[in-house]
Amino acid sequence: MPKAIVDGVEVEFDAGMSVLQVAERAGAEIPRFCYHERLSVAGNCRMCLVEIEDARGMAPKPVASCAFPASDGLQIHTKTDIVKKAREGVMEFLLINHPLDCPICDQGGECDLQDQAVAFGAGNSRFEENKRAVEPKYMGPLIKTIMTRCIQCTRCVRFATEVAGVEELGLLNRGENAEISSIEKSISSELSGNLVDICPVGALTSKPYAFNARPWELRKTESIDVMDAVGSNIRVDARGKAVMRVLPRLNEDINEEWISDKTRHAVDGLARQRLDRPYMRRSGKLEPVTWDEALSAVSNKINSSQPEKIAAIMGDQCAAEEMFALKTLMDSVGVKSIDCRQDGSTASIADRSHYTLAGGISAIEDADAILLIGANPRLDAPIIGARIRKRFLEGGLRVGALGIPHDQTYQVDWLGENFDDLTKLKVASAGFAKVLKEAKKPLIIVGAAALRGETGSALLQTASQLAEKVDAIRDDWHGFGVLQLAASRVAGLDLGCVPSNGGLTTDQILCDADKFDLVYLLAADELDTDKLAKTFVVYQGHHGDAGATVADIILPGAAYTEKSGTFVNTEGRVQQGKLVVFPPGEAREDWRIIRALSAKLGKSLSFDNLTDLRAQMVQASSNLSLVGSLAQPTWASVETDDTLPAGSFPTSIDNFYMTCPISRASETMAECTSALIHRADKLAAE
Amino acid sequence: MLADKDRIFTNLYGQLDPMLQGARERGVWDCTGDMIALGRDELLTRVKASNLRGRGGAGFPTGLKWSFMPKESSAKPHYLVVNADESEPGTCKDREIMRNDPHRLLEGMLVAGYAMGANTGYIYIRGEFFSEASNVQKAIDEAYKAGLIGKNACKSGWDFDIHLHRGAGAYICGEETALLESLEGKKGQPRLKPPFPAACGLYGCPTTVNNVETVAVVPEILRRGVDWWLNLGLPNNHGTKIFSISGHVNKPCNVEEEMGIPLKALIEKHAGGVVGGWGNLQAIIPGGSSVPCLTPDVCDDVTMDFDTLRGLQSGLGTAAVIVINKDADMIEAIERLAHFYMHERCGQCTPCREGTGWMYRVLKRMVRGDAEVGEIDMLHDVSKQIEGHTICALGDAAAWPIQGLIRNFRPLIEERLSTDELKVAAE
Repeated sequence: MPKAIVDGVEVEFDAGMSVLQVAERAGAEIPRFCYHERLSVAGNCRMCLVEIEDARGMAPKPVASCAFPASDGLQIHTKTDIVKKAREGVMEFLLINHPLDCPICDQGGECDLQDQAVAFGAGNSRFEENKRAVEPKYMGPLIKTIMTRCIQCTRCVRFATEVAGVEELGLLNRGENAEISSIEKSISSELSGNLVDICPVGALTSKPYAFNARPWELRKTESIDVMDAVGSNIRVDARGKAVMRVLPRLNEDINEEWISDKTRHAVDGLARQRLDRPYMRRSGKLEPVTWDEALSAVSNKINSSQPEKIAAIMGDQCAAEEMFALKTLMDSVGVKSIDCRQDGSTASIADRSHYTLAGGISAIEDADAILLIGANPRLDAPIIGARIRKRFLEGGLRVGALGIPHDQTYQVDWLGENFDDLTKLKVASAGFAKVLKEAKKPLIIVGAAALRGETGSALLQTASQLAEKVDAIRDDWHGFGVLQLAASRVAGLDLGCVPSNGGLTTDQILCDADKFDLVYLLAADELDTDKLAKTFVVYQGHHGDAGATVADIILPGAAYTEKSGTFVNTEGRVQQGKLVVFPPGEAREDWRIIRALSAKLGKSLSFDNLTDLRAQMVQASSNLSLVGSLAQPTWASVETDDTLPAGSFPTSIDNFYMTCPISRASETMAECTSALIHRADKLAAE
Repeated sequence: MLADKDRIFTNLYGQLDPMLQGARERGVWDCTGDMIALGRDELLTRVKASNLRGRGGAGFPTGLKWSFMPKESSAKPHYLVVNADESEPGTCKDREIMRNDPHRLLEGMLVAGYAMGANTGYIYIRGEFFSEASNVQKAIDEAYKAGLIGKNACKSGWDFDIHLHRGAGAYICGEETALLESLEGKKGQPRLKPPFPAACGLYGCPTTVNNVETVAVVPEILRRGVDWWLNLGLPNNHGTKIFSISGHVNKPCNVEEEMGIPLKALIEKHAGGVVGGWGNLQAIIPGGSSVPCLTPDVCDDVTMDFDTLRGLQSGLGTAAVIVINKDADMIEAIERLAHFYMHERCGQCTPCREGTGWMYRVLKRMVRGDAEVGEIDMLHDVSKQIEGHTICALGDAAAWPIQGLIRNFRPLIEERLSTDELKVAAE
């Protein structure tokens, strides 16, 4: 291993590392603005200048450490007077045209420029000319721009071009007149909110969060996102009882350091349309009642109904705890029609690999051919889409897709929109089938939307047979998986929240809704609630959305930021979200509601606290025991007698910005919808 | 003094036919095939032996530069790029070569291209050079037709294509890596080095960027022999050089002279002397706008070569001699240059983007006398904060003239800043 000497300290490094990375490995602190680990190197801020010395002696001038490759035996000096002077000089230059508006800047308190000016600046300014002013730019509903603060580091340009895959930002003009601009267009990326994080100054700030809070006022809680099935690691910042914002947390295996715009900006929906007290429908009208009245009514209804005439459907954002509690309660009552798949999927769940992306998200970076079957990663899981793009940019990756063509930000061979195109691909030996066959690490990703309805198992079987045929399942490589859409789904399936012994599935329940005496919706809103209009519905959830409108009794529950919950992401990775703020009003954590209901029913569940609940939950499904890391993937062939009928792949998501009660209640998401979805539709119509 | 027989650019003034027939009469394209027959190694050896230094400003040994190109041809093509984006204020030598003797450039490109294993050469010409571009294009067409370039160029067995690309008139595109970016169709911003163009240049392939004059003199060195070249000039600064003399001289001109000619002789003999006589001289910028100026006492006996001028904290640069006599306001002259660099910087890296504007504004006030004496040191300090801290050399180029002004004319500035009448007059 090559060695370098950083300020007299010898350190080993990997070939190909830059001087900056080597210096950091040795513990030296190098200030930087334009350099970002996940973006290409621009080397333009000149803040990271250091002196280097090799066998030929000291280099004549300081070098930009971010861009200079380290070599064996190199001496790196980060603390010399020249380096100190260079940093002070660059800092002074950066500040001469930067406004001194920190007190009214949203970046204040978490600003790289502020921090580094204190640490590396000279402390005074000799600049007496007029400062430059730059017009603010329009970049859409999520990004507020105060371009006078911009230091032209071009991180945003590189992020948009490289990670987000939308070439919509650029540096216009030359010299002092250089300006970042999207030419007054909204950034049409589902990852645009990350621009705010990577901007080292207050030029790009969060528009919905503008002037809302100061970083030092916020209570920071590490949690897990539920807007899609990725399980992005997030930090939820709250002040008092209000969630103020969501930021990404570093997790190399899942979201690296990005989150989608929905994850970040749907949180204003947490304060709107909330169910904050129990309701009961009396003479057609929902009226507030006490918890006791509501629970008694539910209990009486359950007691007076045959178990066969009771059904329970679980929603997309439920934590494992409440699903486990509800299933346990329903089992004890004798209810068999339990389903956690409110999208109506009936595909095989015989093995965990049938419903997870068992190889892991980070395995995408090893794949050399990817086939997307009815999946649209850009909308279904933008973080996974970004991962595929990252792999694509490295070169040597072919991506094929079955489904409705959609711009994925990387090159995709569209192979057809119908189910029989998959059958054809399975038997073909040329074209993309050949690409898959010849790939060393082929990866087949089936979108959850493709598995909806009766045809799910047959489709999954065909897809998995293709995977077996191209040798995607081996001891050293697991190249088959399902990209789930719902944060709750894998945990629900792990816990067996599916109909048993003649119980009915979601579609069947809805079809025969009139025959049921009681349908218990656990935060289930993404289904055709019109069909439940004549049925007695208990809705336990947090938002007054589709489910609540048909409910006869409403039990106010907690949103994901208001409870400690276990979520299993699409890889099958178990993660625990934390309570950030308490549920509003009389709303309660969901498992407590079910526990209270069980007591009313006289069938008290055998846990009184979260610890006991989790212990029993892990006993029910050992899959849930491994928190944080990924289990070794398993494999079993998909067994079904169904044959794949004619049909075509459905659209998974119509409007990325509104897919759940929280995002539908969010004003920010409504603005995104009108700025990005409706405007695009309008342009297409023209 | 250079004897007429030793001149290379015998049609520098355009009195003769610039095109192929005239060029042939002047000896261009004579035994070019034989030069290629020498083989790559021998060519490199001879160019190295001639100690030819790049004529674009930095004076880097040309043979050494060519030898950085990979020896073995790999899967990647090699490229020769000729930097004809001559935009430095005061410099107008390449322009005359391309206008009046374009075939010298083409011949040089073929030889240089062969020496570095390149089958393709690009000429990146400054956008404003309209008639020069049409002459070069005409020459390229002629050369193709005559079999001098293209397939089996000059019957040497070597294929060599030449493409002419017109820039859009940005000074920064004369920086070699910005030029490559621009040639690739991108925004003209200098690249980070390393990697250097010889390893990763145009389209990521090994590339050498040479100045027009450098390339154009190579065939003549080979034709007349390395010894002839070495006998001209001073040690380590051999051969001939085109000097562009402008400013307060009686006869501004381009002239080919021996390297190391005394500056005074150059001006007196070729440019008709300083307006108002040598005694009326205030300063001379010896190598294009980016090098620090010289004071008259130095100009009396300085020789025009790379090493002497570098020793005087100035530089030969492109050998564009700008003469300033006592009628001019020295501070205003440098302020004008500072404005040029502020206008032409790319805006990519911080010190140059922010610093050049700052320096210009301070100088602008100094011209009016509207500044404190202490700001002279500050200005010098700011220029030092730019110098050596930028991606490309434009930062240095912007800093040097100002450093030269402060070093040589501090009393003048101090006087300006403390004269109240001038302040009043300015207002």
